[in-house]
Amino acid sequence: MFVAHTPEQKKEMLAAAGAARFEDLIAGLPRELVRPAFDLPGSMSEMELVRHMEELAARDHLAQSYLGAGAYEHFVPTAVWSLALRGEFATAYTPYQAEASQGTLQSIFEFQSLVAELFHMDVANASMYDGASAAAEAALVAAKHTGRTDVLVPDTVHPQTRQVIETYLAHSGARVVRVPTPSGILEPAVLAKHLGPQTAALLVQTPNYFGCLETHVAELSDLVHKAGGLLIASAYPISLGLLTPPGDYGADIAVAEGQSLGLPLAYGGPYLGLFACRHELIRKMPGRVVGQTVDKEGRRAFVLTLQAREQHIRREKATSNICTNQALCALASTIYLSLVGKSGFQKLAELNFQKAHYAQGVLARHGFPPVFEHPFFNEFAVRCPSPPERIVQKLAEKRVLAGHPLGYYHPDRKDQLLVCVTEIKTKADIDQFGAQLAEAAR
Amino acid sequence: MSETVIEPLIFEKSVPGRAGLPWPACDVPTTDVARHVPPALLRRTPAALPEVSEPQVVRHFTRLSHLNFSIDTNFYPLGSCTMKHNPKVNDRIVQIPDFAGLHPLRPHELSQGILEILYEVERWLCSLCGMDAFTLQPSAGAQGELTGILVARAYHEHRGEKRPVVLIPDSAHGTNPASVAVAGLTAVTVKSTPDGHVDVDDLAAKLTPEVGLVMMTLPSTLGMFEPRVKEIAKKVHDAGALLYMDGANLNALVGLLRPGDVGVDVLHVNLHKTFATPHGGGGPGAGPVGVKKALEPFLPSPRVAKENGVYRRKFDRPNTIGRVHGFQGNVGVLIRAYAYMRLQGVEGFREMSESAILAANYLKAKLTPLFPKMPAGPCMHEVVVSGEGAFGPGVKTLDVAKRLLDYGFYAPTIYFPLIVPEAMMIEPTENETKETLDVFVETLRKIIEESKATPDLVKGAPHTTPVKRLDEVKAAREPRLRYLPNLK
Repeated sequence: MFVAHTPEQKKEMLAAAGAARFEDLIAGLPRELVRPAFDLPGSMSEMELVRHMEELAARDHLAQSYLGAGAYEHFVPTAVWSLALRGEFATAYTPYQAEASQGTLQSIFEFQSLVAELFHMDVANASMYDGASAAAEAALVAAKHTGRTDVLVPDTVHPQTRQVIETYLAHSGARVVRVPTPSGILEPAVLAKHLGPQTAALLVQTPNYFGCLETHVAELSDLVHKAGGLLIASAYPISLGLLTPPGDYGADIAVAEGQSLGLPLAYGGPYLGLFACRHELIRKMPGRVVGQTVDKEGRRAFVLTLQAREQHIRREKATSNICTNQALCALASTIYLSLVGKSGFQKLAELNFQKAHYAQGVLARHGFPPVFEHPFFNEFAVRCPSPPERIVQKLAEKRVLAGHPLGYYHPDRKDQLLVCVTEIKTKADIDQFGAQLAEAAR
Repeated sequence: MSETVIEPLIFEKSVPGRAGLPWPACDVPTTDVARHVPPALLRRTPAALPEVSEPQVVRHFTRLSHLNFSIDTNFYPLGSCTMKHNPKVNDRIVQIPDFAGLHPLRPHELSQGILEILYEVERWLCSLCGMDAFTLQPSAGAQGELTGILVARAYHEHRGEKRPVVLIPDSAHGTNPASVAVAGLTAVTVKSTPDGHVDVDDLAAKLTPEVGLVMMTLPSTLGMFEPRVKEIAKKVHDAGALLYMDGANLNALVGLLRPGDVGVDVLHVNLHKTFATPHGGGGPGAGPVGVKKALEPFLPSPRVAKENGVYRRKFDRPNTIGRVHGFQGNVGVLIRAYAYMRLQGVEGFREMSESAILAANYLKAKLTPLFPKMPAGPCMHEVVVSGEGAFGPGVKTLDVAKRLLDYGFYAPTIYFPLIVPEAMMIEPTENETKETLDVFVETLRKIIEESKATPDLVKGAPHTTPVKRLDEVKAAREPRLRYLPNLK
């Protein structure tokens, strides 16, 4: 498939290569192992493939979803992917030859600018794999920067983020120290008990895994800084149209899962790790970064820079092993943020806030009261009158995703369901969902 | 200083008050935000996002796209990166709403279609690579390497063995030693022979009981098949270590040779190379890791299993190294790879690898008269040439690479592998027509002539690209990494 050489050309090419037959070119391969038999199907035409894929996709058809918990269903303007999937972007390589890659390079520079602005941080890199690995890399930076071992991860951080951090830290000399959060947010008094001379960093996620805003974040920031550690803040990008950005409460590193900025849910990826930090940490920042410069005729131009940190120069002494990142997703986010714009972004956050708060009221009236009294953004936990898993299963039969049962990772929260409502839900959707939940609980 | 600008930044097109995307009016009864959220938690200054219209955005990014070389527009002979055609049908497939809308935490009852795809991708990779299990979680080759190294480490530790050393040939990609370091192990370099193969004597001497893993790129970064690979595998296994294969160059082997058959215990595959998913200007990729049976218990959690015809994700994995991705990995990339597998079929893969090898050998033969240090014998899917002695006075490989841009060819990979002086690594892939390859060779011949007759012309290249050579020192010394309105 996609081979352009005719049989005649193949003969010519073989002859030019001085080979009588193709086998001469692979004479160095162990003969007894060449061309084994495979138990695999033959090729499909494009027409058959499309039908096959549409059938597979249809099996998972869904009516409505109220599931969030780290991945969010937002409206994606059509222009985002019609531009991002242009072949000139999608089929280009990492922009090492800057003169032939200014499109990619300038878009990354714009991406870095947007991320830094959104987080209110000094600088951002060209992206990481996902929010979880961005948090893990931030933990490694903090441990190296402070020369300390303990990265404090409260139970209000998404458990799957914590798991990735644990994998990355496993052999680094640093470790994850879990901090309990029985009230649904991290309490300063609880944090204080866990701070010490080995505190490298505190990771705070707000809105947190339970949907609550970490209301004491400024105080938490002061506490960890006084203890000599860094504050790593993980934020839900859409919420930053309304809520205080990490830079304003003293974050040294800000990370995020950038999926909400124009990327489809796609069963978990490709997503987009956002990573921003203070000036002082630039040379410890992992991953690629694009800088502005000029060409020899004085034209403004962009180039991959500060590469002395990276694996292809520093090899085993690199700050991180990351090489390929999520450039096309970063481009999509750049287009998304450009289309939505300054006031549109505020309005979007406000819509999420309003719809979720309306939904919380509707669900409460249907017998699903809120678990927490803390402020929230677009996601909240409710107490279920019957086991959440059963409710989820019953609504799944109607092809509705009711939410995320918190008992899975938090056995003490077995009666709780995390529900997310974004801008895409109408009042009618929410009213119907409330009724469906009530019915499923009966 | 007044700079000339090719295309203004999106921020420079912004005008206060210009409306962007319209959102619908809020159709639910509203509440006062300040009643719910304390003032300290509310953003004081809105993020200064651009204020531009959709037509401006469309034109801006379309114009930016025109500043790129890409596979869709140019021959992109970037060695080791396998810049081959990315089938357009895959763009359509990943945008099917029922794929795009799949939430990663869905219950398995509502994920049977996607789980079948993931299960099948694993089965195809196992079969084509001769391995027993694959994890699809790693997001790119480097994360795959890290995963594979952690799995090997866990295997040894589970057996009560401490083996902190990883042997890596000096021709390896920089991510290999970097990944070893992140895994908390020590990289030790193995020498290459003058013809670029692993120095088996040096390897044998360094294969102490401290060694847990030997990493090899197969075919090597010189585009050659390692002739003594089975002997190497035996030595590695006899020493109690495992053999890791960097699968960056797998495009030469699919359907022809299963790495598992020559003794590879762990490998990662770059789906954005061999399996034709787009490079995207630097990602997203996918770096699935395959292992032999004994290593399966240590693969990341969760894994997809099929029980009584139902697909499930299995989380109960007591010996796993953990999770390397927040969810299931770059599933959109995996869907594309699956579609590519079905398009190729097993025979198509074999033709693909054979044609890639044929094209590289054709190029090698045609380039031999131009490069005095060209090694003898056939290559695999790419040809690595040394620019030493080939060009006119003072002209470097970098200059020739830049001059290629003027003729509409993206540059080959240059100065890699590190062991070849003035290296130029050229990978034609199976897609390029013989006609294109012929023009490419003629162009290189012409540039070499230019390098002798008018060396400054080549040293000053490129001349026709949107920008000329950049001041990279300035970029690194005075890092300007974002737009700031007061810093024009």
